[in-house]
Amino acid sequence: MVEEKIQTAGQQAIIEIKNMHKWFGDFHVLKDINLQVGKQERIVICGPSGSGKSTLIRCINRLEEHQRGQIIVDGIELTNDIKNIEKIRAEVGMVFQHFNLFPHLTILENLTLGPIWVRKVPRKDAEETAMYYLEKVHIAEQARKYPGQLSGGQQQRVAIARSLCMKPNVMLFDEPTSALDPEMVKEVLDVMISLAREGMTMLVVSHEMGFAKSVAHRVLFMDGGEILEQNNPEDFFEHPQHDRTKLFLSQILH
Amino acid sequence: MQTVAPQSASTQLKPPVTSVGVIGWVKSNLFNGWFNSLLTLVCGYLIFRTVPPFFKWAVVDSLWFSTSEACRNADGACWSIIPANIRFITFGFFPSEQQWRPLLAMVILVVLLFYSQNRKRWRKSLAYIWALALVAMGLLMKGGLFGLPAVDSAQWGGLPLTLLLSVFGLTAAYPLGVVLALGRQSRMPAVKSLCVVYIELIRGVPLISLLFMSSVVFPLFLPEGVTVNNILRAQVAIILFTAAYIAEVVRGGLQGMSKGQYEAAESLGLNYYQTMRLIILPQALKIVIPPTVSILISAFKDTSLVVIIALFDLLKTTQSVLSDPQWRGFSNEAYIFIALIYFACCFFMSNYSRRLERELDTKY
Repeated sequence: MVEEKIQTAGQQAIIEIKNMHKWFGDFHVLKDINLQVGKQERIVICGPSGSGKSTLIRCINRLEEHQRGQIIVDGIELTNDIKNIEKIRAEVGMVFQHFNLFPHLTILENLTLGPIWVRKVPRKDAEETAMYYLEKVHIAEQARKYPGQLSGGQQQRVAIARSLCMKPNVMLFDEPTSALDPEMVKEVLDVMISLAREGMTMLVVSHEMGFAKSVAHRVLFMDGGEILEQNNPEDFFEHPQHDRTKLFLSQILH
Repeated sequence: MQTVAPQSASTQLKPPVTSVGVIGWVKSNLFNGWFNSLLTLVCGYLIFRTVPPFFKWAVVDSLWFSTSEACRNADGACWSIIPANIRFITFGFFPSEQQWRPLLAMVILVVLLFYSQNRKRWRKSLAYIWALALVAMGLLMKGGLFGLPAVDSAQWGGLPLTLLLSVFGLTAAYPLGVVLALGRQSRMPAVKSLCVVYIELIRGVPLISLLFMSSVVFPLFLPEGVTVNNILRAQVAIILFTAAYIAEVVRGGLQGMSKGQYEAAESLGLNYYQTMRLIILPQALKIVIPPTVSILISAFKDTSLVVIIALFDLLKTTQSVLSDPQWRGFSNEAYIFIALIYFACCFFMSNYSRRLERELDTKY
């Protein structure tokens, strides 16, 4: 397992964050963040609520704007240039805590919207791709339904498939299982694990420590807007260095 | 082995029967308790005192196709005023041998409206059909081509004028209102303040004063010799007025949208126009169907205010008939008739809006 993980982690950086700061008003929410994410690397970010972990990954596709430092995604620096932002957003998939499916569109339309309008893929091809990914998340039979008719776990799997249809290079997950009923967490994690096996670059904000142990190359611990500690999952969970990390782990692992 | 009976006690249990027959229903709904019994009796008395006499007046004793003299000697309603004057009420001063033209135009309009009800037909071809129909209707009304004698728009009146003002008023005001609502949410200060000023100014002024301004003040600003058609000016005033109200309703819908919808659209790489067109507006406009239709209905009825700038809409033509000495005094009948026409149109709109709501409901 460990061997395999190290092999798949590429050396080439796909995301580079250098000395990045962000403020919400006067509140310094991210402080001097430095992070390099290699191709096919899988990173799990954890930390107490309000630590800035969601804000960090939302900065990567510019749902939040950083005020200082640099963020480079796939060789493109994030600036105010709206064309660059749209290009990066098309390359970076995002899965939200509350799914954010488009309730007025069917599942199939949810999946084909991005490819058709952003990638200019012909409708027929987009639908084929969509069905392929729906099969993958085991939900193809629901293609004609509306999001409101699906369970939370199903909706989140659709949301993952929707991102995959854009053929992204990186997937960001913002607490993908925390809004789910407990019995639905596994079906979503299983999809994420199979995605990981295929070598997707993933940044996951999550407290699912089992998931972190089984697929992450690196676990980051954030608190107070800083990355306090990062390590491979074995050492991170077995020998946390920082006091706050120890406290946090003791709280969530019971 | 014993199989479970297909109809066990638990599956057989039906919801309790709340009423037994008509008497049971009456007892439990109309006479349960002294207060409700009293209400029932009072209402019954009021209905008894009003409905039969009205029925007697409107139906039993009424005259439908008679002269006005016969009417004056009768006790009942004189509906004869309608058929005797139907052409003037409907078409105003449109030359009577040409009145088939506005009639045909209205038929085209109504048929198209009904045809367009079905959302499955909302394709590009429908837009072409409408464009074609508009040209045809304009030609029918105005004439001057293909051997149709020209009819000056000063002679337009009655129902075609009311329909013209309202159908075009509403269909133009709606998109304009949506644009204004989006503008009011814009991050560009110039666009935003322009929209706010427009909306607040227009909403702060009664429609009547806008109509007056369009007919009295506006021509003062035009260069010598240039005139703008009276109907067009009224039409523009109605559009501008209604759009401001629609803008505020749509803004309410936009504010009801969750941030997650914007973020999901943006994270797919959709640009602003795509996000609005494909994600935000379809949902926001759906939420505000009920208040929007309220505004459209009231705007439809407000078109009757154009009488104050001397346009002969449906209400005005009816009033003109009533000022004819021969038919003076039969205003009840005439106004009931007009009210029914207005009611039919408004009821159609509200009915259709409910149908749209039902069709667009995706159970979220």
